[in-house]
Amino acid sequence: MTESHDHFDDAGLGDNQHTAARPGRVTASPAPPRRRTAPIVPEQNIAGRALIFVIAIMTFLSCLTLGAVSLVRDTASMWESQISREATIQIRPREGLDMEQALVDASRIASGFAGVRSATVVDRAATSRLLEPWLGTGLNIDDLPVPRLVVVTIDESNPPDFGSMRSLLASEIPTSSLDDHRTWVDRLVAMARTTVTIGLAVLVLMLSATVLSVVFATRGAMAGNGHIIEVLHFVGAEARFIAAEFRRHFLLTGMKGALVGGVLAMLVFLGFGWWSSRNLATPEADQATALFGNFAIGMSGYLGVGLIVLLIGALTAATSHFTVVRYLSEMDLSQQASE
Amino acid sequence: MFRFENVGLRYGMGPEILRDISLHIPERSFQFLTGPSGAGKTTLLRLLFLALKPTRGLITVFGKDRALITRKELPHLRRRIGVVFQDFRLLDHMTTYENVALPLRIRGRDESSYRDDVIDLLKWVGLGERMHVLPPILSGGEKQRAAIARALIEQPEILLADEPTGNVDPPLARRLLRLFIELNRLGTAVVIATHDLQLMEQVDARRMILSEGRLDVHD
Repeated sequence: MTESHDHFDDAGLGDNQHTAARPGRVTASPAPPRRRTAPIVPEQNIAGRALIFVIAIMTFLSCLTLGAVSLVRDTASMWESQISREATIQIRPREGLDMEQALVDASRIASGFAGVRSATVVDRAATSRLLEPWLGTGLNIDDLPVPRLVVVTIDESNPPDFGSMRSLLASEIPTSSLDDHRTWVDRLVAMARTTVTIGLAVLVLMLSATVLSVVFATRGAMAGNGHIIEVLHFVGAEARFIAAEFRRHFLLTGMKGALVGGVLAMLVFLGFGWWSSRNLATPEADQATALFGNFAIGMSGYLGVGLIVLLIGALTAATSHFTVVRYLSEMDLSQQASE
Repeated sequence: MFRFENVGLRYGMGPEILRDISLHIPERSFQFLTGPSGAGKTTLLRLLFLALKPTRGLITVFGKDRALITRKELPHLRRRIGVVFQDFRLLDHMTTYENVALPLRIRGRDESSYRDDVIDLLKWVGLGERMHVLPPILSGGEKQRAAIARALIEQPEILLADEPTGNVDPPLARRLLRLFIELNRLGTAVVIATHDLQLMEQVDARRMILSEGRLDVHD
């Protein structure tokens, strides 16, 4: 049973440098040319690239949804506060009523209430301008029984008692009425809340879809790695080591995809912001600004995008971790299957 | 090293694949495990490699009762057992050198500490010129030798080889056999599962013959 160790010389491999020693005791072996050592988990395969695409697309859509929801929320609160910041006293003309005096009185009464910042009479010229779209230019306002307005600016944090203001105005100026925009504000608040709720529901659905597609795409990408887990297991790797290798690989893959999606979404928002600032005072931008404010998603929006990117990276890593752990425990179960 | 006493194994509720197996594999021994296809050779190797637990009977591995070995202890024990799978199980994205070095790498050893050992072992199995080649480019015999080198890199106390000559021509089979004999001469116990009679006739070694789940040992 004792033969020469260099029995592979005739294998035609041209390897004539065997030493007579047991492997592991050789001296002066030439080092292999330096190359980057292959990672234990192969860098990319088709499933891996598809995973990056899926993650990038889903992150992009999630971030857009998040940005849109944050935009709607900010806009809704802006509408609310802008409208509830003012109230209007309307004085209808009547035979024998000194309109100018009534306006001054109404303004005085309103100013006397705590929580009122100012009360401004809408003068003749401004009233004409308000009516211009309907009645044209060159209108003499005194010829028509036009109601006149006093705009009352309100301290939002400490609003006045509209009930007593309304009754005091009614007793002093019978033809006056106070519109605190409550009906509008209530409707807007309801609409804004509905919009934000719908937006949040869409965001939750979007995030759930993202989570599910990331989980399934990761599992798909992992499916091709079963043999690696098996080999590592059989050459004596500990479960902890195998799980860590896959976790690291898929964290990077997930972050790569999520960053691409997140950065693209941010670019979309920055692009819109840039467009609206460039087109300031044009009819299109005015329309967009009236609806959506300045089209910026704000710091919280960008933080949210960053959070989604981190979340998706972590999710990918966690999915690969649990897939490895399950795979290994299935191998152990098959070990026990005979029991 | 390994001792089996009345070991039986069945998969699920199926019939017993192995019945009343009693054997002893001493240190530095050389044996063939043979028998017709489907006799349970691979199953017995899997028991030896701690990839399966017996349904009944007692297995002692390196002096430890198999039933008492925990999951945590398994990786450490597996490092003392080298396995050559029938289908090689080399990782296609790693070169021959990296495949052979894998068991050392997963233990966190620095490459500079094992590079020379791996190169030397690759030369010993005749793959000195093929160490930077990816497995898909290797021939069947070269893959087999790479798999053997990977099983040997941690200098195991026992080498289990499942049909190591199943995919190679007779001259190469003889060379592989000489490799195993040389390894045994250097102190490693060897178990070769094969149904290649020609191969067994070349060596006067112990034969463990499995037939219908029962084992006969011919010293």
